[in-house]
Amino acid sequence: MIAKVYITLKNGVLDPQGQAVQKSLHLMGFQGLSSVRLGKYIEVCFEDSISKEKAKEELKSMCEKLLANTVIEDYRIELP
Amino acid sequence: MKWGVVVFPGSNCDQDCVYVLKNIFHQDVETQWHEERTLGKVDAVILPGGFSYGDYLRSGAMAAVSPIMQDVIRFAKCGGLVVGICNGFQILTECELLPGVLLRNASLKFRCEDVSLALSTSREPWQKRFSGKKTVSYPIAHMDGNYFIDNEGLKELQDQDQILFRYVQNPNGSIDRIAGICNAKGNVIGLMPHPERACERILGGEDGKLFFESLL
Repeated sequence: MIAKVYITLKNGVLDPQGQAVQKSLHLMGFQGLSSVRLGKYIEVCFEDSISKEKAKEELKSMCEKLLANTVIEDYRIELP
Repeated sequence: MKWGVVVFPGSNCDQDCVYVLKNIFHQDVETQWHEERTLGKVDAVILPGGFSYGDYLRSGAMAAVSPIMQDVIRFAKCGGLVVGICNGFQILTECELLPGVLLRNASLKFRCEDVSLALSTSREPWQKRFSGKKTVSYPIAHMDGNYFIDNEGLKELQDQDQILFRYVQNPNGSIDRIAGICNAKGNVIGLMPHPERACERILGGEDGKLFFESLL
């Protein structure tokens, strides 16, 4: 089972990388962008013996303890 | 005093700290590998600069969960002196011994230069040690030194006199020009500039000695 974890910056946290990407997109001629924000996408593969419930619980703990810094980041977990 | 300098894979300022403490301040120093589970008998711990775990995921994130950090956290909570320099500061925020977080520099550039810092705290012995100097010059060398904390947290730092150093000119976008802070108790200290690289005239200056003298 492959779980998908999306880590995104919280609203209000400045994202200079996103701003730089937005600027480049603008210079390339893409119009009408109000903001671009970068995040992380992480795939975590569980062995078959792990239940969906257990995986969800474990992923939450992983995000809180390591994958995300909850001072500045939100996380979202997707399970199949 | 007996000092422990923790070495993570990718640390690169550990030997600078050992050299300064041993050769300039004649302290007892040993290095500790991050996989060890206990610090042993030490009076103070330094988390040195560098790029622990290649800065993967977030600077300092993986070092913050390495085995020895459990004991560093215990040591700090018992009032032990813990100092994080550069990557060490990032590790201290990641393991929540210090509040806030160090984001990518606002300029998106790696900044490697000497900066002027002003002592911002009225805590002792800092005030006394730095009293003769309006500003000090320390080198910085970092990509993720942009200190960020929410407004509530910033107010707490200000109200509790926890901001140790501010940049005279902000090199990285840090909120309130913060270069270094301590916890409320004052026994956990983190800063982005490198005082250990400024302790001998041959290296361009001796202002860094004031920092270490404030810890001894």
